[in-house]
Amino acid sequence: MTGSRRITYRDAVREALQEALRRDPRVFLMGEDVGRYGGSYGCSKGLLAEFGEARIRDTPLSESAFTGAGIGAALGGMRPIVEIMTVNFSLLALDQIVNSAATLRHMSGGQFSVPLVIRMATGAGRQLAAQHSHSLENWYAHVPGIKVVAPATVADARGMLWTALEDPDPVIIFEHAMLYNEEGDVPGGDSLTVPIDGAAIRRDGTDVSLITYGGSLKKVLAAADELAKEGISGEVIDLRSLRPLDERTILNSVEKTHRAVIVDEGWRSGSLAGEISARIMEGAFFALDWPVERVCSAEVPIPYARHLEIAATPQVPGIVSAVRRAMRR
Amino acid sequence: MSAPPDPRVHLDREHCLKLLRTMMLIRRFEERCAELYGEQKIRGFLHLYIGEEANAVGVMQALTPEDAIVATYREHGHALARGLPATEVMAEMYGKATGSSRGRGGSMHIFDATRRFYGGNAIVGGGLPLAVGLALADKLREKTPVTCCFFGEGAAAEGEFHESLNLAALWKLPVLFVCENNRYAMGTALERSESEPDFCRHAASYRIPAEAVDGMDVVAVEFAARRAAQAIRDGAGPQFLENRTYRFRAHSMFDAELYRDKAEVEAWKQRCPIKRFRSWLIETGVVHDNDVAALERDVEAEVEAAVAFAEQASWEPEADLTRDVLTTLTPGGRR
Ligand SMILES: Cc1ncc(C[n+]2csc(CCOP(=O)(O)OP(=O)(O)O)c2C)c(N)n1
Repeated sequence: MTGSRRITYRDAVREALQEALRRDPRVFLMGEDVGRYGGSYGCSKGLLAEFGEARIRDTPLSESAFTGAGIGAALGGMRPIVEIMTVNFSLLALDQIVNSAATLRHMSGGQFSVPLVIRMATGAGRQLAAQHSHSLENWYAHVPGIKVVAPATVADARGMLWTALEDPDPVIIFEHAMLYNEEGDVPGGDSLTVPIDGAAIRRDGTDVSLITYGGSLKKVLAAADELAKEGISGEVIDLRSLRPLDERTILNSVEKTHRAVIVDEGWRSGSLAGEISARIMEGAFFALDWPVERVCSAEVPIPYARHLEIAATPQVPGIVSAVRRAMRR
Repeated sequence: MSAPPDPRVHLDREHCLKLLRTMMLIRRFEERCAELYGEQKIRGFLHLYIGEEANAVGVMQALTPEDAIVATYREHGHALARGLPATEVMAEMYGKATGSSRGRGGSMHIFDATRRFYGGNAIVGGGLPLAVGLALADKLREKTPVTCCFFGEGAAAEGEFHESLNLAALWKLPVLFVCENNRYAMGTALERSESEPDFCRHAASYRIPAEAVDGMDVVAVEFAARRAAQAIRDGAGPQFLENRTYRFRAHSMFDAELYRDKAEVEAWKQRCPIKRFRSWLIETGVVHDNDVAALERDVEAEVEAAVAFAEQASWEPEADLTRDVLTTLTPGGRR
């Protein structure tokens, strides 16, 4: 890529925030420790110095109130970016998101819209135990009236925010906490924004469709590498958008490969993987050579101990064996 | 049932040594945890209680074994002061099967049913409604314990704080609210998070008697806690303490402390609760240098024994991963 740069996911998020704040005076960032502390994951370091307290707003520990205030400010003509430290704490703001942000447009007969962006970290992997390791993306993806995206690459972390801000409706961005230190390329030039409505094929393949998103993408790509050594060609689909789902890309792939393995860090019961599996069944049933396989988290609150956390969440060996099963190897 | 503790503080030598020893044990335990974090023996989030020891130790003196305790993720000190064995707490830090929560909780989730220690809650404000409910259960069952709920001042900005205080006051529940005001919620200074930084006034607005206490003075804390606990036992309903204290270390092990200056930290360190109490005891002749030296050896040995215990302990077998997600019902039985 000409002029492409290698940066971390964290820096990509920061650059995207900075660009948005520079481009649009209606944009402001608010959340716990986004200012003086620099963001609990360091994504807003330096922004307070550049944009000042009015636009980089440290909030008290009041998830419901500041998320609701973000909804109100969006109604009032601003373009707020609300950072909820992690999805775990977003449960305190769930009412505002589900009962207000998601409903206002439809419930008002189309009179109001809520151009709000909510960012939050998600996922397990750092031994933070049950209350700090949730993957509840599917709870939000269940709800009409909001859009849900999960940038899995550095380029998407850099490019999705602006698109989300331009969207007239509420968009929730899930950043998997294990990604912040990952490095990746962002293109040179000015066109860093990316669409947020479609899935991406991250690896072409012919034998099996590996469908995933967010923090699991890396594991799935590693599994695909391993499978390639055995002569199994996996096509890796990164959903990118969890609501709406890019059904066409999924179905096209499955029609080609005839097999699907879905990898989702959420718990299996009621998971996004379950929804995708249903869509495949509805749209590509006769193309399937094998039942859709799912690799999800075990049905248990995520434990602290390292070996148990690993056992509870999707890992490369589990993905590889699910694919082997699907290939009847 | 044990008799309620005497509402007065008796500063005899034995009691003073106990207060001092428990604070020293917590300090040493926490210092060791920081080292072990560096060695990656302890992982995840680790929130140290260094500087705040007088609060857990002072308050615990006012509680009986029948009383209940609810704490936060910064709870090692509360667990030790409640009498949980340092061995089990350390094994929990390691994630070992002999830890107080079988290694599933880690630093932020220490529990002990036998000591009515209800955790170890890592959602800020999450413990307050639980404490209200524990107290409600006691009241409904016409039992007399106090439920003591520790939380940081950051929690006071959450709706759950206000909802819980209101409920506790409305229903006259036996809750002792202990706000450990260490002036920072992660990187957010008190002045930046509260329009009314005087927490006693918040409590008063719910008609809960409240008192601000020097949280760097173990005797003052014990005194205030005994008075408040006695009032609850006498049927006066919930009571509130605002313990003014300070954490000497970073919020967690990931914190670069960009939000406060070193001079401020140093000034608070001058008020170290252990140093202060120790010098006072020595000056007044209650204890002597050799007593302190003996305590130091003793505490060191206890912490090292805890580390040795944790080191040699076994891991929970992976096959037990989903054990205890729900209760395993015995045939015919329902609890
Ligand atoms: C509901 C919720 N929001 C955010 C967090 C992240 N967080 C953990 S501790 C903390 C600061 C809490 O400060 P305080 O209540 O004063 O207690 P302290 O850590 O100072 O003991 C924050 C923001 C959380 N755990 N829970």
